[in-house]
Amino acid sequence: MAEHLLELRNVSQVYRSGDREFLALKDVSLTLDEGEFLVLLGPSGCGKSTLLRIATGLQRPTSGEVLYRGEPLKGVNPKATIVFQTFALFPWLTVLENVEVALAARGVPPEERRRRALEILDRVGLDGFEGAYPRELSGGMRQKVGFARAMVVEPELLCLDEPFSALDVLSAAALRGELLELWLSGKIPTKAILMVTHNIEEAVLLGDRIVVMEKNPGRIVTEVRVSLPHPRNANDPSFRALVDEVYAMLAGETQPEAVELGSAPGEPGKLRALPNISVASMAGLLEALAATPGGRQDLYKLADELGVDSDHLLRTVEALELLGFVTVAKGDVALTPLGETFAEAGILARKEIFAARLRRLPIFRWLLELLEAAEGRRLRGEVVRRALELEFPPPEAEKQFQVIVNWGRYAELFAYDDSTGVLYLEPVPTSA
Amino acid sequence: MPVIKLFRPARPHRPVGLGDLVVFLVVAVLIYAGVRLAFRAPAYVQGPEISLSPAALPWYAFLSTLRMLAAYVLSLAFSLVYGYKAARSRYAEIFFLPLLDVLQSVPILSFLPVAVLALTAFLPERLGVELAAIFLIFTSQAWNLTFAWYQSLITIPQELREASAIFRLRSYLRLRFLELPFAAIQLIWNSMMSWAGGWFFLMASEMFTVGARDYRLPGLGSYLQEAAYLGDTRALAWGLVTLIFLIVLLDQLVWRPLLAWAERFKLEMVESEGKTSSWFYKVLRGSVLWSSLWQRVLGPLDQRLLAWSLRKKALGETEGKRRSRLQFYVLTGILGGALALGVAWAARFLLSLPASQWIPIFEGAGATMLRVILALLLSALWTIPVGVLVGLNPRAASWIQPVVQIAASIPATALFPVLVMGLVHLPGGLNLAAVLLMLTGSQWYILFNAIAGARAIPQDLKYTARLMGLSRWQRWKILYFPALFPYLVTGAITASGGAWNASIVAEYVTFGGQTLYTVGLGAIIAQATERGYYPLLFAATLTMITLVVAINRLLWRRLYRVAEERFKLE
Repeated sequence: MAEHLLELRNVSQVYRSGDREFLALKDVSLTLDEGEFLVLLGPSGCGKSTLLRIATGLQRPTSGEVLYRGEPLKGVNPKATIVFQTFALFPWLTVLENVEVALAARGVPPEERRRRALEILDRVGLDGFEGAYPRELSGGMRQKVGFARAMVVEPELLCLDEPFSALDVLSAAALRGELLELWLSGKIPTKAILMVTHNIEEAVLLGDRIVVMEKNPGRIVTEVRVSLPHPRNANDPSFRALVDEVYAMLAGETQPEAVELGSAPGEPGKLRALPNISVASMAGLLEALAATPGGRQDLYKLADELGVDSDHLLRTVEALELLGFVTVAKGDVALTPLGETFAEAGILARKEIFAARLRRLPIFRWLLELLEAAEGRRLRGEVVRRALELEFPPPEAEKQFQVIVNWGRYAELFAYDDSTGVLYLEPVPTSA
Repeated sequence: MPVIKLFRPARPHRPVGLGDLVVFLVVAVLIYAGVRLAFRAPAYVQGPEISLSPAALPWYAFLSTLRMLAAYVLSLAFSLVYGYKAARSRYAEIFFLPLLDVLQSVPILSFLPVAVLALTAFLPERLGVELAAIFLIFTSQAWNLTFAWYQSLITIPQELREASAIFRLRSYLRLRFLELPFAAIQLIWNSMMSWAGGWFFLMASEMFTVGARDYRLPGLGSYLQEAAYLGDTRALAWGLVTLIFLIVLLDQLVWRPLLAWAERFKLEMVESEGKTSSWFYKVLRGSVLWSSLWQRVLGPLDQRLLAWSLRKKALGETEGKRRSRLQFYVLTGILGGALALGVAWAARFLLSLPASQWIPIFEGAGATMLRVILALLLSALWTIPVGVLVGLNPRAASWIQPVVQIAASIPATALFPVLVMGLVHLPGGLNLAAVLLMLTGSQWYILFNAIAGARAIPQDLKYTARLMGLSRWQRWKILYFPALFPYLVTGAITASGGAWNASIVAEYVTFGGQTLYTVGLGAIIAQATERGYYPLLFAATLTMITLVVAINRLLWRRLYRVAEERFKLE
């Protein structure tokens, strides 16, 4: 059997914070062969970008092996380049210089540098903009520079780190098409493409193979082979079916309550991470569902209707699932009677329903008990943060704290003074 | 408008750590070693005559500028290397940064005997004095530059760092395309500050007496000092005019063009308004000389460096870069032992100072601290309203700004004798006059930052304040003060450092043949230097370092953190 272009064997990434350890990637193995367009798909926080950095040698995994053409990778892979989500162009260099610098670093002589840079800029449709600075360009054109820079050095492995997610919908669609054209026509010497995305449709549109990842800890759950011929049509029934299937994998199924809710800090079992979603997003989704006949809809259709990206939609659904407003099965999301009530309720009634649901979540139950028992019914936010830090790595713990505060404030379960960092129970209003 | 960002204090963990102690001891031992070396300097030195004829001024100005330039090149080189090391090191926060922190709070006059005497002890006198002067100017230029470079290095966005790694930009390439461009604007602003700092201490650096040794170098600084010493006001005026002319010239021919050129290094991804323009830059860009300089000299040099860095990289790729654990322990052991020995000697030296001498030191420290506080308060009192007034009015800002910048770079030290002449007759004498003198060394930092802060207040907030019909007081309380707070803290940190350093020249003034001094730590240091009483100098210097660093840690950093967390306008 021919050796793989890229192979990851049992890669794990552990982050340490104090004496706590957090598993960012758990035992990930994957292969990439010549001629393949592989997509890593997963929710934010599943470690897919970390995995890309490990695959290119930018980051060394805690354990496990990275093989390139059968050889263990030492340092940054010279045969790989990355197109970055945020473009990562040097703002002080012109378009041409941005591309040329990649060649200069590989020892290409000046005349050849200029020739090759102009050629690739021409190919991505940027001729006429050689002398422009990145700030003069639109997002789509900046990313074209990003592609040109990555391709000019003729890498064998082209890595794409959510390259379209910072672009507007139209630019993204156009750029995707152009990338496919370059790749399929064989005009670039690239042997394989590894792309990271959280956008399900994008993954199905571009990839030959989709590796689906999950978070907490980041791991591979399954793999989907896409054998639809190019060009793929997003409205084609078989395309839709595949998107629906992937949605179902990522959304999972609503679990029994005890599993969904997790446990409180200090109790045995795992604390459930709250999705970082605003109450407004949840309400919006519930209203949209309530307007659908039967209160039930395919997830991918919902994403189309609402024009939100799949990652945001899935996280919103996860939040609603957690609160018991919807259930998910086989890629469909359905309103529960409670969710229906919420959608129809007025401002104050919504707050009451929301509060009642939050009280059932172990983390809120724990927090409210703590507040009740605290002197003056006040608690420094630090206490909660520290409890969260036992369960989550610090940046995630901070995010969780913010979500708790946002949800709790909306439900009027407690108040939070940002300047002093104190959580407190509002005095019980005496009946008027 | 450029916001003058001076160094940002490192992330405050604990106010004082073990690393701080080590750093403090290292610096103390270094100063002690210099003082010991100084004992071997020639006992009697008579410097050359300084001519007070205005005809000598162009030559003197030229010499001083050369000295400043040499010191600046040295500062830049030091900053680049030190900042690089610190940014790469795991020990940055516990060793490299505290060391800078302490170094920048060592009063310049305390470097003086160390530098001059130590250098003249083993070098020919003329060369030794020349190098010492350059070294002294260096100590007034280097630290802020180093902080700026370090800060830039560690704030390079992750994405750009990763892009550089994946596109294999290393050594020279990375410096040229990533690090220098990213730091350019900060480096230029801080270079301007460094030059201002250099001018401020030029007089002290070019002429001084240590015991029976009278060191002097022909230059603008010594000209001014000699004129002040002899009370020759005409010569003093000539010297001042020359100095101001020189500063304006440099501003127009060097700094403005550099700033205009550096516009391209702004990180914003949107076109910004209010660009710096420079007539000289426009002239240069069109000139044949400039373009041929680029083609013939800089371009090929760039190519050469690039080729060199690629060759070096090819070699460097295979080498392993791990130092063995044993080596580390041996190295640490040797350094630790040397440090312990040094500390023991320094302590013995310190103990040779009679206990009674410590009382004036503490009294002086108290007096100087009061003056610093007073100077800061007075600065804030006039600069905040003026800064807000100017900052809120873009049209006024566009012409006041350059004027203020030039005013700020005129070294107040040159004006001291004149000021003192007028002030000593006031009640309080030098005791109060010193406060005003310290003011001249500190107020500008607060003013600049107040203007920058006021200009950064978003237009919509200003509209809202007007729509709500807030009274003047309410507007200050609700909008201006909170918006200005982070800027004021930044300004005050630098201003306080400046005031402490200025105390040495402010509390001890020589004019018209007489020496005026008042109670203060600065006066003690200046006096001890002049008399060559080293144990006292050593003790007073350590006291000042301890005080300044303690105030930085206990007060300014906390305020800074509050400013970062609570009052940041996002």
